[in-house]
Amino acid sequence: MLNFSFSKIAVVIAVVLLSFLFTLPNIVPAGVREHFPTWLKPLNLGLDLRGGSYLLLEVDTSAVLAELMADVEETSRAALRDAKIAYRTIRAADKSVFITINDPAQLVAARNAIVTATPTVEVQTQGDDRIQVNVPDRIQRERESAAISQSLEIVRRRIDEFGTTEPNIQRQGADRIRVELPGVDNPERVKELLGQTAKMNFHLVEPNVSSTDPRDLPPGVVLMEGGGENAGQMFPVRRRVEVSGERLVDSQPSFSEGKPVVSFRFDTAGGRRFGQVTSANVGQRLAIVLDNKVISAPVLLGPIVGGSGIIQGQFTVEQVNDLSLLLRAGALPAPLVVLEERSIGPGLGADSIAAGATAAFVGGGLVVVFMIIAYHTFGLFAVFGQLFHMLTLFAFLSLVGGTLTLPGIAGAVLSLGIAVDANVLIYERMREEWLAGKTLLNSLQSGFQNAFATIFDSNLTTFIAAAILYFLGAGPVQGFAVTLAVGIATSMFSAVMITRLQVWLWWRAGKRTTLPV
Amino acid sequence: MAFFQPILRYMPTEFKWDVVGSRSLWYGLNMVLVVVALLSIGVKGFNLGIDFAGGVLLEARSEKVIDLASMRSGLNSLGLGEVSITTSGNTGKDVSIRVPQQEGGDQAQNQALKKVQETMGPGYEFLRTEVVGPKVGAELIINSALAIALAVSGIAIYVWFRFEWQFALGACLALCSDVITTLGLFSLFEMNFDLVSIAAVLTIAGYSVNDSIVVYDRVREMLRKYKKMPLPELLNLAVNRVMPRTLLTVFTVFLTVVAILVFGGETLHGFAIAMLWGLLVGTFSSIRVGMPVLLYLDLRRDDILGGVAQPEYERKPAE
Repeated sequence: MLNFSFSKIAVVIAVVLLSFLFTLPNIVPAGVREHFPTWLKPLNLGLDLRGGSYLLLEVDTSAVLAELMADVEETSRAALRDAKIAYRTIRAADKSVFITINDPAQLVAARNAIVTATPTVEVQTQGDDRIQVNVPDRIQRERESAAISQSLEIVRRRIDEFGTTEPNIQRQGADRIRVELPGVDNPERVKELLGQTAKMNFHLVEPNVSSTDPRDLPPGVVLMEGGGENAGQMFPVRRRVEVSGERLVDSQPSFSEGKPVVSFRFDTAGGRRFGQVTSANVGQRLAIVLDNKVISAPVLLGPIVGGSGIIQGQFTVEQVNDLSLLLRAGALPAPLVVLEERSIGPGLGADSIAAGATAAFVGGGLVVVFMIIAYHTFGLFAVFGQLFHMLTLFAFLSLVGGTLTLPGIAGAVLSLGIAVDANVLIYERMREEWLAGKTLLNSLQSGFQNAFATIFDSNLTTFIAAAILYFLGAGPVQGFAVTLAVGIATSMFSAVMITRLQVWLWWRAGKRTTLPV
Repeated sequence: MAFFQPILRYMPTEFKWDVVGSRSLWYGLNMVLVVVALLSIGVKGFNLGIDFAGGVLLEARSEKVIDLASMRSGLNSLGLGEVSITTSGNTGKDVSIRVPQQEGGDQAQNQALKKVQETMGPGYEFLRTEVVGPKVGAELIINSALAIALAVSGIAIYVWFRFEWQFALGACLALCSDVITTLGLFSLFEMNFDLVSIAAVLTIAGYSVNDSIVVYDRVREMLRKYKKMPLPELLNLAVNRVMPRTLLTVFTVFLTVVAILVFGGETLHGFAIAMLWGLLVGTFSSIRVGMPVLLYLDLRRDDILGGVAQPEYERKPAE
């Protein structure tokens, strides 16, 4: 029972060597580490230790639905107009668009026109002049799902443009995006960048409208607020999008007449369309609308051909940088809401590392001293077992790319205290058997034998608690769960294998007659 | 290292603690703790941290000594509810600001953060900024409650698989009383109750059962070995046999928890205090509750022995 075969010793030695190898990237300076292969990487530090920001964003799916309904309404309107069917009202509500036409005789024709224009919706007639257009749930879900994937992509692009090192951007749950930005301790700018959908469209300003009363507006014209230098003004803008911002291929900050401006370039189709619009409307005002606000409304002095242009306004350098970045990265399909934000400054992170390290060394040191005082030689064996446990713990966490957080360090320190329990159980059992009059070898053997089941069962319960904490917890607490769970596994291995190996070697090394504990 | 002797030579090898005989005392004590804890939770509730209550938490360091009075009047005039402002450290330059959950959903919290930062003006380094909206706060509460419930039942099911149902029930009672009194500790002393506290509670749950299992394992072994020993005597013997181990283990875990308490920094303070308490109650709950409860649960040795009847055994009826 106590005996160790050669192969078992080889396994132990191999585990120790591999653990050293995987722990190595954490110890060597960064310069040396660069020469290591990619699978040999150091432990990740959590944001609470290295400093940085964590944002949890939610895609506002109600806006996706609202836009979908506006699309359906607009398509229905166009279909009726093309079929020359007059209607009294058209109104989108919840998941349906309600239409009332003027002439009941045209009801079937109206229905067919809408069905042809939008094959994905369900169209019902009601009474003799009403039509209800329903959007099936399936279409809504597809739209939302596409919006979320696209949002993830746009967030990624915007943050990449922002130039943060090692950002971590992941989809979480159905409609959330989790953003981790190491080293960013004030995410105000990032939040500003992510807080705008940045939908840019070009509309024409309706001339000769002086009233600001919505009822006096001609059909197809809406009042839009001004933004930036135009804040506080209202613009009568034609609803029709002349050129969509989706046609933009590039946008850069630039200078014109010594002032910061944003330059942009369309793709071929967009450039041609922009040329047509600007040639046909010389002398009119073109509204550049960003997120439903008119940020600039220049008078067209002549046709703009060649597919590029600039946006002027009273912009600061930072504003043109941000705006060009947003236009380059593309528009978000729906607004993002920040559900949670946690930022840790680099100073606090460094303090936490120092505190965690001190706690670990002091805690570990106290345990070492106590074990040696309590168990003498066998205590020393336990200490070697503990060193092995810490080594394999760090090696494993490095290997799987685990993240170390401050609670995670606490978990590791705690696992030291709990791990010693396995040794204590074994030694106390030996002592009991020895005092009961068994021979030394028998006492040693039954110590290991009888304690094992107890060690396994008692540790497994803490493991269950840690596993549940991992699946239901978040952030730093997950780090705690990981180190605790892995620590339990490695400590069990070290108590059972490493301690036993040492005791066996000790037994072989000389004629032992008494139990040293 | 031969110049000093293992200290354990001086530790008594035989403990003679009449756990079963003094069980009324332990039950009573345990009931008092549980009742006080439940009362406190019911009446006072918890001092919910930002994880659960939501709102804004800021820790900032100023370049100069902070004029608390003017900061207080400035921040309280924003209409954000009762803003709590406390200094930390002894330089007078570190401040911690907590803004309660704002009406108006997730967006409103961010606006509150902006307002606070604007009012504070420049000259601050923000050490920590946390904003938790109502949606996340509510989810974290549900997840945490779920985590505690799942952990308790998961552990009980495991013990039931490995032992008999009587042991599972005993361990579960001991575990529940530990979890409840730890929660009571947070409530009674108005300690900040956040996700790290939940981690502490779950660790205590794991540790409490860890201890119950060690004792139960010995009970099971002895039931097989000493077929004629009356149950109360056997339980006493089992507890006392594992007593040296219990004391030693408590002490080593105690050492590490104290290290975390003293050196681990502010974030882990509540965690360490809860762990200290858990260590104290968790270790002895198996003795206070888990053991004597076996007396009432019709624990038959045939169960333990895999269905082999032991007709010669006559168990004393439980009192």
